[in-house]
Amino acid sequence: MCLAVPMKITSVSADKQTGTAEFDGIEREANFMLIKNPRVGDYVIIHAGFAIEKFNERAAKEQLKLFKEITDAAAVKRP
Amino acid sequence: MKYIDEFRNSETAAALGRQIHDISAGLTGRTTIMEVCGTHTMAIAKFAIRSLLPEKIRLVSGPGCPVCVTPAGYIDAAIGLALSGKIIVTFADMINVPGTSSSLAKARSSGARVETCYSPEMAIEIALKNPGTEVVFLAVGFETTIGPVASIVPMARAKKLDNVSLLTSFKLIPPAMEALSADKQLGIDSFLCPAHVSAIIGAKAYEPFVRKFHKPCVVAGFEPLDILSGIRMILAQIAKGEAKVENNYSRVVKHEGNRHAVSFIHKYLEPSDACWRGLGVIPSSGLSLKREFKDMDAEERFSLRISRKIENKGCRCGDVLKGKIAPPECPLFARKCTPSDPFGPCMVSSEGTCSAYYKYIR
Repeated sequence: MCLAVPMKITSVSADKQTGTAEFDGIEREANFMLIKNPRVGDYVIIHAGFAIEKFNERAAKEQLKLFKEITDAAAVKRP
Repeated sequence: MKYIDEFRNSETAAALGRQIHDISAGLTGRTTIMEVCGTHTMAIAKFAIRSLLPEKIRLVSGPGCPVCVTPAGYIDAAIGLALSGKIIVTFADMINVPGTSSSLAKARSSGARVETCYSPEMAIEIALKNPGTEVVFLAVGFETTIGPVASIVPMARAKKLDNVSLLTSFKLIPPAMEALSADKQLGIDSFLCPAHVSAIIGAKAYEPFVRKFHKPCVVAGFEPLDILSGIRMILAQIAKGEAKVENNYSRVVKHEGNRHAVSFIHKYLEPSDACWRGLGVIPSSGLSLKREFKDMDAEERFSLRISRKIENKGCRCGDVLKGKIAPPECPLFARKCTPSDPFGPCMVSSEGTCSAYYKYIR
C-alpha cells in the first residue's frame, strides 16, 4: 500500500544517499537513492523507506484553489 | 494532516459528485472506468466513492495489487526455499497468500525462517548478521516498489555479500493495461491511472497506450477529491469524444516522471515476459535481473522451476483482477473465502479487491 503523506527531510548524509524525514513529530530513516539532490526542508513521498519523489507544494496549492472555486460555485447554485 | 485533510473536504466531494452526474446525463449507455492501483482500490472502498456516482458509471478494480497477481507457483517456490533453510525476507503482505497448498505463514509456524520488513534494506542487514546462510528477498511489486527493491543489488555488491539474492516477480502497469484493453469482452472505456507508479514512470508513460487504444487515461492521487476529480476529467473527455493523458496528481507526478529512479532501475533490470496470477503471461510486462547480476537471481542460484499455473481450481480471483466480476459475484466470497481463511490472494492482500469489499462494502 502506498502512503501519500508528504514527509519533511530533516537530515541528509554527506553522500546524499540516506537521511531522515519527519511527519507529525515522528522521524524515520529514509533512503534518497532514487531522488536527485535531497535537501533539508524538502518534502518527499516515502515508499518502503525510500523517497520516490519530491512533493510540489505549489502544485498542491493550485489544485486546492481549483477545488475551492468548485465548492464556492456549487454553494452559489444551491438556493 | 496537511495536504491530506484538504483533499477530503466533503463539500467539495459533493460538488464534484454533482458535476459527475451532470456530465454523465449527456452520455449514452454505460461507461466503465478501471483503476489499476491497490491503494486506489482501498481508497475507493473506504471513502465510498461509488455511492457518489450515477449507476451508468461503472468503476471497476483491475490487477493493481502486486501480491494478488503473483503466481501460486512463485509462492510455492518461496515456501520451498524457506523449508530448505534459507531465510526469506518479504513485505508483510505476502505472508498469508495461498500457494497451491500452503503459505509462508504456515511454513513459518512449522519452523521456517520468514522475516517481514518495511524496507528491502532489511535483507542486507539480515545477510550481514547471518554470513553462512542464504537470504532471499521476495522481490514482488510494481514500478513504485521496484526501485527500492533493486537497491539490494548495489548494496550487496558494496558490502561484498554473496549470501543474498532476489526471487523476482516485478510487474509493469502499462503492458497490463494493454492486455486488458485488448480483451474487448471486458468493455473497459478508460483508466484511472495509479498515483505513485506514475510518480516513477511519468504521466507520459501512458501516451503510447492512449495512441493505440484511444481510451482516456487520468493519473490521480489517493484522496477522495483526487479520485472524484479524476473521474470527472475522464467523463469530460468521453463527453467530448476525446482520448488523452491528463495528470491530476501534479503535486507528486511530473509529466516525465522520476528519470533518476527509472535510470537506477534500468541499471540492474531489463524487460521480460511475466506471468500474472489469474491473467496468464503478458509479454514484456515484467523486469528481471540483467545478465551481469544474474548471480543474485534466486531462480538461477537455486535452479528453481516455477510453475506458471494460472489459478487454484474454484478460485475466481482472475475474473476479479480483470474487472469481469465484482467480489460479491464470486461464490466463495465471504463464505469459503474470508480474510482469516483466504482461498485466493485478492482476499488476503491489504490491497486486494476482495479484501476491500469485505472490509468496507459488504
